[in-house]
Amino acid sequence: MVLFIIFCPIVAAILIMAGAPARKTALVASGLMFATSLFLLASFQRGQRDFQHVTSFTISPEWHLSFTTGLDGLSLAMVLLAAIVTLAAVWFAGRIDKYENAFYACLLFISGGAIGAFASIDLFFFYAFHELALIPTFLLIGIWGRENRVAAAWKITIYLAIGSFILLIGLILLYQSVPLTSRSFDIRALQAAAAGGQISADAQRHIYLLLIIGFGILISLFPFHTWAPEAYASAPAPATMLHAGVLKKFGLYGLLRLAIPLLPEGARQWTGLLVVLLLGNIIYVGLVTIAQKRLDWMLGYSSVMHMGYIFLGIASASILGATGAVVLMFAHGLSIALLFAIAGEVRKRTDTLILDELGGLGKVMPFAGLAFGLGAFAAIGLPGFANFAGEILIFFGAFQNGWEMERFHIFQIATVLGLWGVVISAVYMLRAYRKTFMGTLGNRWKELVDLRPALRVPVTLLVGALLCYGFFPQSFVRIVVPAFRTYLTANKQP
Amino acid sequence: MITAPELEIAVLVLGMVILMLEAFATEIDERFLAFAAITGLAAVLVASFFVVPSGLDQATGFWSFYTADRLSIFFKQFALLTTILVLIMMIDYAPVVRRSFPDSKAQAGLGEFFAVPIFTCAGLMYMASAIDFVFIFVSLELVTISFYVLVSFTRRNPATLEAGVKYLVLSALSTAFFVYGITWLFGATGQTNLQRITVALTNPSTEHGAALFGMALVLVALGFKIAAVPFQIWVPDVYQGAPTPVTAYLSVGSKAAGFVVLLRVLRPFLMLPQMQRLIVLVALLTLIYGNLAALPQGNLKRLLAYSSIAHAGYLLIGVACFDGTAVVFYLVAYLLMTLLSFAVLVIVSQQTGDRISDFDGLGNRSPFLAFAMLISMVSLAGVPFTAGFLGKFFIFYAAIAQRQIALIVVGVITVGCGFYYYLKVVRAMYWQSTAKIDKIPVNGLSRLAISALIVATIWLGIYPQPILDALKR
Repeated sequence: MVLFIIFCPIVAAILIMAGAPARKTALVASGLMFATSLFLLASFQRGQRDFQHVTSFTISPEWHLSFTTGLDGLSLAMVLLAAIVTLAAVWFAGRIDKYENAFYACLLFISGGAIGAFASIDLFFFYAFHELALIPTFLLIGIWGRENRVAAAWKITIYLAIGSFILLIGLILLYQSVPLTSRSFDIRALQAAAAGGQISADAQRHIYLLLIIGFGILISLFPFHTWAPEAYASAPAPATMLHAGVLKKFGLYGLLRLAIPLLPEGARQWTGLLVVLLLGNIIYVGLVTIAQKRLDWMLGYSSVMHMGYIFLGIASASILGATGAVVLMFAHGLSIALLFAIAGEVRKRTDTLILDELGGLGKVMPFAGLAFGLGAFAAIGLPGFANFAGEILIFFGAFQNGWEMERFHIFQIATVLGLWGVVISAVYMLRAYRKTFMGTLGNRWKELVDLRPALRVPVTLLVGALLCYGFFPQSFVRIVVPAFRTYLTANKQP
Repeated sequence: MITAPELEIAVLVLGMVILMLEAFATEIDERFLAFAAITGLAAVLVASFFVVPSGLDQATGFWSFYTADRLSIFFKQFALLTTILVLIMMIDYAPVVRRSFPDSKAQAGLGEFFAVPIFTCAGLMYMASAIDFVFIFVSLELVTISFYVLVSFTRRNPATLEAGVKYLVLSALSTAFFVYGITWLFGATGQTNLQRITVALTNPSTEHGAALFGMALVLVALGFKIAAVPFQIWVPDVYQGAPTPVTAYLSVGSKAAGFVVLLRVLRPFLMLPQMQRLIVLVALLTLIYGNLAALPQGNLKRLLAYSSIAHAGYLLIGVACFDGTAVVFYLVAYLLMTLLSFAVLVIVSQQTGDRISDFDGLGNRSPFLAFAMLISMVSLAGVPFTAGFLGKFFIFYAAIAQRQIALIVVGVITVGCGFYYYLKVVRAMYWQSTAKIDKIPVNGLSRLAISALIVATIWLGIYPQPILDALKR
């Protein structure tokens, strides 16, 4: 089942390149992926810590390298997110004028790479699958991008290439830090080695720093974030949905998967640095977001900003915070995909996303306005949406870390500043909503038409998932929590 | 039962036969000669898999200059495969050679164009087995002299002539360094055999300074072969001026042979820390120079020349960390992806040219060739699921195990540079549009060879075990 959901998009992409009808094949493939992910969710044994549906093929016995796939609660959540967003992105893509087959093949390659990375238990394939998305992203922005596409494509590609090579150095160092007899690329074996105390504290500090920089570049951690808004503004909407919604979660997933269980000593050493950087994401990038004059740039920066919350959850190293981070990763993936999809549709009709030129579009595009509004509320973190569940868990988890009655420590300060971030995101999201959909309708926009009924299906899917886990976050948390229970304590007392 | 020396004898006989056919059977179509050469080499390649490798210590008596260990057998196969692929490219390139001799008769010495690479191949195969400095020298010269002929083959073209002269003069100079180095080594140790030099170096009465000086001179000559900084100056002009299949041959065959010899001659000097520091320094310079100089190139042949310098830098990381397996794996990956890019270049450059802008819109004109070029470029850049990535993976693995921080830092930066200049080609093929829309024809044999190279590049990127097994001692 897991192998099917990894290779379904890749095989479909190869078929499309070989000449199969592009849109139909892509829709069938992503529909199958969605169905498979629901089946995996239904058949998942809740409350278990181990990986399920494990299959393994040995690649190199002397390197202990094997192609092993499987799911635990954490990776299941990510696979589910990837399947939903892929279906929505393919659905939104519509007809493409130039190289239609290549466009859909690139989309499916990104999706297959992301799912492969999430479902790999082997460190090597975990890394390699993520890179599968690099070249398709370059082509998607380069061929079908807009405006500043050339610079944006180069920037994202070089940034991500260097980031992932730094990450590779960290991963090799991690592999080598285990004594020769128990070396393995299998994450479970590494976890066993770490539990046995075989990774020295010194090595942990070095590896953790490399992972923070490597993953940080991929996640657009401040100050490595400048590639993200530009690329997201230039890329075609479906590519942005997949990249911002799914692929960027790879780095966060990697930190949760590797840094928390394997490198507790490294985390202790670098927590201060990480908290300062994530506050850069929340406060500095948040203020930059307010200053944006274009809808797509605003959304791009907002997605960078929200990474800060997820980092806060990871840095808090508490079970509440880490679980909240997963919930928020899932929710942010859905909401940012929804917002970019609507922005893409608006752009198709108006050919501009400059906020001052838009206005009153809600009158001619009521459904799009409603969908964007719901997405914006979700991104702000209003109760009822899954984002709220994630953020509140993160804030509770972070605030508890090192809590003393007498005085605030770094995490308490970070939580307070992070809460200010919620206000900041309310400012820019509502402002953008008002400038786009409210106010007086310009004469040039009178002829616009709303989303076709067919396009309302993926919107409903995304909003439905957001609301579903917003009202019933428990069902999500119950899947995710067991993955952390061994490594993190529920409640840190001073 | 086939023994290793018989392989080289078979290749030499094949070369002689092709030359005789060309000289006396004048009515034969020269394409037939090429097919005969390819078939013959393929037969030798098949035969080489039945050779049982012997240990290094079994090489005694008259055969003390010759070894048939696993590494040498592997490189004989490597040389044979390279030569076969280069010959396939040469068939595609034949019209260009013929055009460059407008006044002469139909044949224009094409038979020699197909025969000389066979002798180069024999030289490369001897080089893989050579463990005595005298024998290394002789086989090195066999390779170099046949390259003199090949590089300047289309001699009416001024650029080719310039390339030929440059290669001749600088190569002769490096040979002089090599011989001078051997005499110093001989003077210090009294030996030319590598194993006996190893023994002699452990003797405290041996003059280590003199031996090191001799070794440094030998390194100069080998640095010329593998295009390491500061002996790389000849590379861009010669690569650009030489006929394209010969460029491919130079950049793969000549470089691989240089690295095999380097791995062998360095072994006696492993215990000397000065040697490692020297090689680390050369690797750093080569990485920086090759990658930075490649950035602004607009001509694909020249770009590939600088990229071959850059890859020599990565290979030298492996040499500096004394990880033979990593170096050999990288060479195999390099063979696949470089020959793939040259195979596409040979076909496309006859239609348009060899600048990067001549590849504009190739994605439309020939999706097959564009895809082949895409795979070779991403592999050269080091994207996972291609052989090039695993090559870099093993190299960086060795460097990290040895904590060579300078090499790692520079390596990561240069990988970033590599992404830029290799993806420039991808950009031209897919982003840019062109006025020309006619399709580019690809003949069956080339299509087969290119497809095989694509499959091999991806296959080795996912499943490297066959190569690792072949190198296990």
